Amino acid sequence: MSRLLAPRNRFNLIAGFVGLVAFFVIPNVTDTFQTFEWAQVAAYAAAIIGLNVLTGYSGQISLGNGAFMAVGSYTTALMTTRLGVPYPVTIPIGALLAFVIGILVGIPALRLRGIYLALATFALALTVTPVLNNFDKFTGGHVGISLKPIHPAFGLPLSNEQWLYFFDWSLVLIVFVPAWLLIRSRTGRAWMAIRDSETAAVANGISLAYYKTLAFGVSAACAGVAGSLLVINIQYAQPDAFSLNLSLQLLIGVVIGGLAYVWGPILGASLAVWLPFFAERALGAKPDIGFGLFLIAVVFFAPNGLAGLIQRVTLRLHRPEGGVVAIPGVMEATPAEADQITT
Amino acid sequence: MSRCAAHTWATEGAPELIELAAQGFLPSFLQQMISGAAAGAVFASLALALVLIYRAMDIANFAQGEMAMFGTFIAYALITGDFGLIGTKLGFLQVHLPFWAAFALAVIVSFALGVLIERVLIRPFEGAPLLTLVIVTLGLFSIVNGTAGLNWGYVFKTFYSPFPSDAFEVGGIFIGKQDVGIIVVTLVVLAIVFVFFRYTRLGLAMRAAALYPEASRLLGVRTSWMLALGWGLAAAVGAVSGMMVAPIVFLDPNMMQSVLLFAFAAAVLGGIESPLGAVVGGIAIGILLALVGTYVPGGQNLRVPFGLLVMVGVLLVRPAGLFGHIEARRV
Repeated sequence: MSRLLAPRNRFNLIAGFVGLVAFFVIPNVTDTFQTFEWAQVAAYAAAIIGLNVLTGYSGQISLGNGAFMAVGSYTTALMTTRLGVPYPVTIPIGALLAFVIGILVGIPALRLRGIYLALATFALALTVTPVLNNFDKFTGGHVGISLKPIHPAFGLPLSNEQWLYFFDWSLVLIVFVPAWLLIRSRTGRAWMAIRDSETAAVANGISLAYYKTLAFGVSAACAGVAGSLLVINIQYAQPDAFSLNLSLQLLIGVVIGGLAYVWGPILGASLAVWLPFFAERALGAKPDIGFGLFLIAVVFFAPNGLAGLIQRVTLRLHRPEGGVVAIPGVMEATPAEADQITT
Repeated sequence: MSRCAAHTWATEGAPELIELAAQGFLPSFLQQMISGAAAGAVFASLALALVLIYRAMDIANFAQGEMAMFGTFIAYALITGDFGLIGTKLGFLQVHLPFWAAFALAVIVSFALGVLIERVLIRPFEGAPLLTLVIVTLGLFSIVNGTAGLNWGYVFKTFYSPFPSDAFEVGGIFIGKQDVGIIVVTLVVLAIVFVFFRYTRLGLAMRAAALYPEASRLLGVRTSWMLALGWGLAAAVGAVSGMMVAPIVFLDPNMMQSVLLFAFAAAVLGGIESPLGAVVGGIAIGILLALVGTYVPGGQNLRVPFGLLVMVGVLLVRPAGLFGHIEARRV
């Protein structure tokens, strides 16, 4: 019990409680547009959870995770329209296909690091739209594929948007829990070891090839689920939806949410969806300028993202003695890791 | 993101060449090579800009294409007197400069903007982790793109070419004057950059600051300012690529986005640290793309994937590229 009341856990408990209340309040107080946008946040959250595994924990930069979303999207779109398979069945299949493709991308990525991996995944992101357009006999090309709207199951008294909201967020939970367990396991520790020093990781008997490709696969599987949710939400799959912008939104989401923070992806996804919307309202025109400035401001003032900022503020509040968390022998630890070590 | 004009350009060449191309395999093949080389020259100058910044601070500038686009808009404004929103708000600057005067001014203004961007936005992040710098250049991408869009709008604009639109005929092969012009301008830019780095004190100081920052600082080189100059130089070189491509793909805030991919591929192919490699890589990629677009079925759509293949292929087979040297890492 005293462990539960340690500052970090008390913070997590409060945050979890507030989050849970907000989760049930949101679809009841928002209009249909807002409820729908919160369902979109869920789709982005699933993808960003995956990117957090890849970039936050295993330390591999990807500017191309939108490509894996396209795999999930088109699996769902094609299976439901061509074969009449119900939506929920297509989601694990899309995730599995995305996992396999993620592994296939992860293998050449093993030999690329830093800037080269960023460039190669940047090219991957740009490749998706033209490839989907090229195989138009299979994908429907520019015209895209229209899907049937999803209706509340079990005769629940919900609007379509409310149902989408709960449906999407339950899938986020299904993605989140295994990802979280994986991060806390031996695998997660191996990823972090690789991220912090590949040489030290190898010296300790960690297989770089296995863990780095696995991170790509897991990340792609999450993105695959996200892709399925995206087309179920908008009932339409089209090549232009998988432009570079989508991949960049994911990367921006994971960074401003907070890399290597468990709750970072949820915060990041909310911002990735809502920030352009508010920027557009505030500035009237295209939101790009405000968005770019905000991005640079976040990496400058909150290098650990919003999750890092929130944690720093609350830890300060909870520790009357104040000061920085001192970790002997660990020079570069994020506050999240510092806390794991101290508690 | 996908941009039809830019995608089809290199394979189609100047419009008048299309009809001329229908005369047997060899002449058409050679003409494809030449118009491909001209497209490649545009990739080459943007790749050169990327290499300059990479050498100075080990980052890939994802905003390089947007900075080039902005420089092109400045030239456009100086030629046509269309200063966009700012022009109508302030109601001044009714200038109509000839092309080459506007070209020179745009290069100078781009240089100044490049220096300014480094001082204001990049300097606070000197020595930051790679991912942070990637995010910062992506933020810069949004800012520059949004600023151009806000001021000039997203409607495609005609940017007149300084070169005549007809062609030389050499032994049955038609060579577009515009293609020749683009290639010549690129080679001149490369020569100026080479002479600057090889034969001037400032160039020497910049190379020293990039290679041995600590030692250079001890010897009195202001290394931080050398980085700013590197950004300025890169912006100026990039602006040239924008002004060369704009007459062909039309001018709008998104015109450089696919060019940027091929410029990255060119830089990787040539060896990301080698300016000469960037130019050779750019022209090689231009020619390859023209051939793929012409002779591979469905090649038009597959140009971007082909760029990805080249990049990954080079990185897997020869990570140092054609002209780079293999880096030994100390562990």
